[in-house]
Amino acid sequence: MSGLPPYASFTQKLWHYAFRVICGVVFFFLIAPIIVIIPLSFNAEDFFTFTPEMLALDPDGYSLKHYNDFFTNPDWQQAMWNSIRIAPMATLLSVSFGTLAAIGLSQPHVPFRRAIMAMLISPMIVPLIISAAGMYFFYSRIGLQGSYWGVVLAHAALGIPFVIITVTATLVGFDRSLTRAAANLGANPVTTFAKVQMPLILPGVISGGLFAFITSFDEVVVVLFVGSAGQKTLPWQMFTGLREQISPTILAVATILVTVSVVLLATIEILRRRSERLRGMSPG
Amino acid sequence: MTAIDSPVLTADGTPLKASLRRALRREKARAFLLVAPLLLFVLLTFIAPIADMLFRSVENGIVHDTIPRTVQALRNWEPEESGAPGDDVFEAFYTDMVFAVERKSHTRLGSRLNYERTGLASLFRKSGRRVGKFDTKDYADAFKALDPAWEDPATWDVLAGSEAASLPRTASAHATWLEAVQADGSDPLEEEPWDVLYAALYADLMQAPAGGFGNPLLNDAQSAAAQLEPVSLSEQFGAIDEDWLDPEVWRTIQTYAARYTPGYFLNSVDLKLTAGGVQYRDEGDRIYILLFGRTLYMSLVITISCILLGYPVAFLLANLPLRTANILMILVLLPFWTSLLVRTSSWKVLLQQQGVINDILVALRIVDDASRLILINNQTGTIIAMTHILLPFMILPLYSVMKTIPPTYVRAAKSLGATDWTAFWRVYFPNSVPGIGAGSVLVFILAIGYYITPELVGGTRGVFISNRIAYHISSSLNWGLAAALGTILLFAVLILYWTYDRIVGIDNVKLGG
Repeated sequence: MSGLPPYASFTQKLWHYAFRVICGVVFFFLIAPIIVIIPLSFNAEDFFTFTPEMLALDPDGYSLKHYNDFFTNPDWQQAMWNSIRIAPMATLLSVSFGTLAAIGLSQPHVPFRRAIMAMLISPMIVPLIISAAGMYFFYSRIGLQGSYWGVVLAHAALGIPFVIITVTATLVGFDRSLTRAAANLGANPVTTFAKVQMPLILPGVISGGLFAFITSFDEVVVVLFVGSAGQKTLPWQMFTGLREQISPTILAVATILVTVSVVLLATIEILRRRSERLRGMSPG
Repeated sequence: MTAIDSPVLTADGTPLKASLRRALRREKARAFLLVAPLLLFVLLTFIAPIADMLFRSVENGIVHDTIPRTVQALRNWEPEESGAPGDDVFEAFYTDMVFAVERKSHTRLGSRLNYERTGLASLFRKSGRRVGKFDTKDYADAFKALDPAWEDPATWDVLAGSEAASLPRTASAHATWLEAVQADGSDPLEEEPWDVLYAALYADLMQAPAGGFGNPLLNDAQSAAAQLEPVSLSEQFGAIDEDWLDPEVWRTIQTYAARYTPGYFLNSVDLKLTAGGVQYRDEGDRIYILLFGRTLYMSLVITISCILLGYPVAFLLANLPLRTANILMILVLLPFWTSLLVRTSSWKVLLQQQGVINDILVALRIVDDASRLILINNQTGTIIAMTHILLPFMILPLYSVMKTIPPTYVRAAKSLGATDWTAFWRVYFPNSVPGIGAGSVLVFILAIGYYITPELVGGTRGVFISNRIAYHISSSLNWGLAAALGTILLFAVLILYWTYDRIVGIDNVKLGG
């Protein structure tokens, strides 16, 4: 595939290039919708398409007014602060419980490992609408519906599978003789964990945390049901905006979020490489 | 004594086997203790809500809790009998309704029963306003005129205690009355007895043998009651609305009196429970089978489009040199990482009639300006947007499977004389089938439970069963039906997930390549 042999027939050549064109089209389909909103968000008009001025690259066709709206409109600001208040708390909960459990699960002898694993992974499998429905019913019974902690707990539950998966994956390559060596040299279990085990699995913990963070930060279905107007998050505000009166501010918000996800993606990729290097699984 | 017979001992003298067993037990306990906090957390925040939903899909306590006496009285009523039930049922229903109205729970019961028989919600609402003004006031006036003691709540208190056996209706009505008055915050000894108590007393007195009471107050009341003009409660209800004399209404109440009902599940598949057994709903009300069918059909279309688009890309990525593949992988991972709402809003913007895609098509003269394509708020919109959103979930598992197919296989096939096509179709493709399976199940599971995207770009014809669930939770407030629909969807997903686990294994779930 990588190269075409010199003896390739005409049909082979034709297919070779046709295939690349097909793949190019699919890549275009994947990436274009995300790229296209970036220039559109700088539109000087309230339109959702390229104006003739924009196509002519006239500076008057572009403006920052939609960004300005995002940073001054109280609705959007409130939503942004709610997201910033909810996501880190949910992440903190999922990471602390999740890491502990992942360490427990990677011990050689865990009773009912399969059943426990299935239960802990289930928030990722069950469709969000069903989780949202169940949480809505149950949280309104116990008075958590419509409260900050209700949303945080719900989001923490949704983030846990990601932490479990990434941390257990890091622990697969963990050399257990290191903890034994530490214990042999007189470290107590807490010191062993803090000084030996934790630094080695930290990349996995952080990337699990980032997954949990993005899950909560992006999540809209559950917060729509479990939250009340006081917990309106950024995705919720976008959802309302898209459903009712779609305003171009959404495109500015979308562009900001794309930037955030590019940064997160890069961080995770760097962490993954670092973790593999630490565990000696790849030459780096 | 030989070394073989005696057990091996550890340094402190315990047998080695026992010591090892203890160590293993301790290790197991420690592992479990590490997992326990999270397990408890997930149990409370996630598993309990799901269990609650399953419970709600069959729970039907509202009829029994709101009108317990009526449910009791209806037990003896044969639904086959033509005509409305007897006066005993109406008597019980009158008592129940008075207290239900006081608690304002009659409208909730009405809307619950309205799911099964249209018109009952308004019937209950209407009756709630009138039930306090029945002619049973005549009984109250007559008893009070007979002896002023009847006006004193203390009299009722004493009688409900001492004569509970001979005055069952009065005693039970009085108990509920006390609750209602106390819930209201009033002193039961100050509150004037309600008409409903006199009606219950009248019914009790007419049932009891003449002069059989030890209490002269009751014997006097009994002989006075015999002189009274009886108030027919069925007529009183009939005067509010003819429907109360319709046996069908009572059959519906009787059918749904049970604490647990399969009714919501039957409703989810367009059936209904009637006195005569399970029947199809009216033609116009059959929407769920259609909706389930559409959900499955559209998920299938989305899965197939993901295979068609994802397979070539995964193939290319798996066969390119690692460095190039990693760069192209970003094009797959970036959409995967981008907020779902960003991608949905982008499609909403692109697919509009005045949007970018239509503009390009018009500019290229492919489409006339007057006949711009309708790409949004229909099935097309949902399928395009969801294929885009779920495509990375197809490419990533396909890629990881294709990575493991040794390139020597295809080379061997070619050297044995296979053409490019035969080598691909007979050798490479069968090896990549597990990847297609894993990706398809993943995409399909995600697709059938999707809510946000269909809600935003699906219009009315492109929505899924999950949108209906959301509608029943937040708009129609038919939580039982929402729970039943959710339960069906949940089991469908669990079966698919089980299949996925068999093909790939949960432990092999990877994130972001």
